[in-house]
Amino acid sequence: MRTFALVFRLFRSAAKIQRKRMLLTVMAITWGTISIVLLLSFGEGLKRSLVEGSQGMGVGLLIVWPGQTSLTFAGLPQGRQIRLLPEDVTLLQQNIPELANAVGEKVDWSLQLTRGRVSLNKRVVGTDPIYGELRNHRPQPGGRFIDPLDLDQKRRVIFLGDKLKAELFGAAPAVGETLLVNQVPFTVIGVAEAKKQTSTYYGPDDDAAVMPMSTFAALTGRLYLNDLILKPRTPELMPTVRRRLFEVLGGRYRFDSADTRALSYWDTVESQQVMRNIMAGLQIFLGVIGGLTLLIGGVGVANIMYAAVKHRTKEIGVEMALGARRLYVTGPLVLESLTLTAIGGLGGVAVGWGLVELLGWVQSKSNSEALNFLGRPTFSPGVATVTILLLGSIGFVAGYFPSRRAVSIQPAEALRYD
Amino acid sequence: MLGFGNSRTAQTPAAASPDVIALRDLRKVYDTGAVKVEALRGLDLAVAENEFIAIVGPSGSGKSTLLNILGCLDTPSSGSYQLRGEEVSKLTGDQLADVRNRRIGFIFQNFNLLPQITAFENVELPLLFKGTPTRQRRERVEKLLERVGLADRMAHRPVELSGGQMQRVAIARALACEPDIILADEPTGNLDTGSGKDILHLFEELWAQGNTVLVITHDPSVAKRTQRVVRIQDGLITEDTRSAPSESV
Repeated sequence: MRTFALVFRLFRSAAKIQRKRMLLTVMAITWGTISIVLLLSFGEGLKRSLVEGSQGMGVGLLIVWPGQTSLTFAGLPQGRQIRLLPEDVTLLQQNIPELANAVGEKVDWSLQLTRGRVSLNKRVVGTDPIYGELRNHRPQPGGRFIDPLDLDQKRRVIFLGDKLKAELFGAAPAVGETLLVNQVPFTVIGVAEAKKQTSTYYGPDDDAAVMPMSTFAALTGRLYLNDLILKPRTPELMPTVRRRLFEVLGGRYRFDSADTRALSYWDTVESQQVMRNIMAGLQIFLGVIGGLTLLIGGVGVANIMYAAVKHRTKEIGVEMALGARRLYVTGPLVLESLTLTAIGGLGGVAVGWGLVELLGWVQSKSNSEALNFLGRPTFSPGVATVTILLLGSIGFVAGYFPSRRAVSIQPAEALRYD
Repeated sequence: MLGFGNSRTAQTPAAASPDVIALRDLRKVYDTGAVKVEALRGLDLAVAENEFIAIVGPSGSGKSTLLNILGCLDTPSSGSYQLRGEEVSKLTGDQLADVRNRRIGFIFQNFNLLPQITAFENVELPLLFKGTPTRQRRERVEKLLERVGLADRMAHRPVELSGGQMQRVAIARALACEPDIILADEPTGNLDTGSGKDILHLFEELWAQGNTVLVITHDPSVAKRTQRVVRIQDGLITEDTRSAPSESV
């Protein structure tokens, strides 16, 4: 401890001489840290926003659409239209044990919804109760999603997307109210909770309505499914499920299981991985930019340390003459550099964090779609770790090289220096 | 020595070489690029235990170079330098630092005290580099400063001391790790006559207590007080005379 105190006092004088320069350098480090904290926090916020948005329509899903065969099979020609039926869902569930859940969708893009004098043509989905959970389509408190009883009894009930509800009912409560679907009265049983959704295949969920598939079939006379939604037990099982899907449906509809055109699909596990990679790349890019800004501060620190070494050449010579090992000369210099960086870094983190919180507050208060998409800047532990590591290594390097120079001089030469 | 037990003198196999310092064919060439300056041109010198020796010579004769090499502040270009039988001319870096720390006590013409710390801390520094535990360190520093008559100046900074006092701090510092040899480079050169005499007197006392002392000087009155005078000219020893030092002061 006393050693440390003495070393500290030896260096205090050097600090005194260059107080102004030191202050500027610390400010440069602070600025670099602020920029790195801001950039990384924005990156983190954007990442979280995108992840949240991409998970708005559910996580780990495989959406399957019927297609046209492109290969001949068992004497059958190519170019046959494949159609999917509601009972295919049960077939798949029975034959693919890796499936956690599956559901079919029947869709009409333009059913007339009428409430009072408001009449809109909107997308309506006929499906099963499990759809809500799979597609992350949840009711606001006070309402509910469609349930098995609705399905059995072909109840004329309807679940509205939150934006659609606002268009039809404004701010007034909708649950329990009646509206007309193609002139047939339906009871509103629930309204979807607002959610961030950046991935869609037919359009955003908040602008559509959902009703039991049985009711939908009775209303529209639709027989075939527009698509299937499959969810494997774990994301890792997705390739197996994809393969089995073609085998099972290939057996059912008599197409080659290698015929990639018979069914088309969207593997959201795959696309989320791609997005994660892009985000990681973006984070690295932002980190590099911030790091470069910080580097300028680091050059300032190194500059100061070089000046300190030069200024103290004779003293270092005396210390060496008294038998200071290399570490006694280099250690304090590196320590001082690290201290300068730490002071600047601490200030930078404090200011940066404050700014991040402020911007987050502004973002949460504003209704701007762009800001909403950008997400709330987040000073996460990951951001903190990267910042500390960068600061630490820059501080170390900025002290290490000047200190190397200090010990490279022969003591006799250092003692002659004035 | 200052009467501390467990001094290294007892551990080192002094029997292997009775000389504290043995130089053989020591050469130092300064290569400045265009010209090569031969500062030392094959020097042989032996310094025995408890000698009080003065190295004299005109400026440019190579005596400072010799002192730097003896003090391990610089390395010879060729030749052998044995410190109590151990070859030190080939040592590098931290090994040399340890030799400087434990085996050589260096006293400079301009004292070379660190200005921002106290007399106490200046004397403490070599012990700190050696790694002496805090309590022993404090006791030792206090004893040393008492020894050079500065018990009441421990908390003073160098600027608050006179030249003679500063040099006494430097002497205490040189003695801190009980060195094999005390090297002094014009120790009285920056002092007035009175302080110079005090310092010389201190050297004589150290010698009388069994220390080996080597002084570089061009002051004949300093040389006169020593037991042996070695004259250097153009990087070679031209004269080596032993005598009983004259009684004076």
